[in-house]
Amino acid sequence: MGGFRSRRKGGVTARFAASQAGIIRALVSQVEELVGDPADPAGAAPGQGGLRERGTGGPLDDVAALLSNPGPDTPPDDPVLARLLPDAYRDDTEAAGEFRRFTEQDLRSGKLAAARIVLDTLPEEGGRVELSEQDAQVWLRALNDVRLALGVRLDITEDTAQRSQDLDPADPRSAYLWVYDWLTYLQETLVRALW
Amino acid sequence: MSVAPAEVERPEVRQEAVPDTPWVTIVWNDPVNLMSYVTYVFQQVFGYSKRKAEKLMLDVHHKGKAVVSAGTRESMERDVAVLHGYGLWATVSHDK
Repeated sequence: MGGFRSRRKGGVTARFAASQAGIIRALVSQVEELVGDPADPAGAAPGQGGLRERGTGGPLDDVAALLSNPGPDTPPDDPVLARLLPDAYRDDTEAAGEFRRFTEQDLRSGKLAAARIVLDTLPEEGGRVELSEQDAQVWLRALNDVRLALGVRLDITEDTAQRSQDLDPADPRSAYLWVYDWLTYLQETLVRALW
Repeated sequence: MSVAPAEVERPEVRQEAVPDTPWVTIVWNDPVNLMSYVTYVFQQVFGYSKRKAEKLMLDVHHKGKAVVSAGTRESMERDVAVLHGYGLWATVSHDK
């Protein structure tokens, strides 16, 4: 597949096979589920596989969730959520907590809205997708969130620079790395198409 | 050779001349965010030229971090919130 390209009349376009649309929709839905669940800052809900990680599951998780309302002041336990909703201060826990209390909900809402726009504009059966420049910018952020989430789960680092083809095909990560590489390519074509 | 006076008179003027501005937004290196994407975000968010945005992106990439904006604490917190929306790893810092 050729990725995104710009349209003469503005905006961008790309063609997706049903399988590709299915992969994007599944991953975006998982991010949607993850960021759309502020009552679950500790990831303590029953595990649902995928990108979600179980919390300790003990009663303390519930208490922690209760105390953190309405706006949490500590980073989420789930490393994926912690990356998507990072601290705004590095060495000042108090300032980071204060900032988070007042902004985390907005950040979650923005990511949620982006995920929904992708799901609304990408048909399950695939096909040609045409996006306004505005929606394309939203896609860019949503694709990036999915890549950030996969990057945490797959332990992507600068040094390893893992590529799917370097892995043993029997390694369970190899399929996900292939998806990660493909999404990287897709996002790159989207940036180029918007420039 | 001379000996430093026991008490140095330090003019306080300088401190007052820069009231509440030495706050900065720092973007940290990240193994996932694309170089092209980071450049694009700097252009979008700050209105920087592609040349300036690319230079900042390369600073982040090679030095591990870069100061991307400076101003009041409130405006830096706004910048960081916007950058978090784009998935960049950004923090507010007091540039002492």
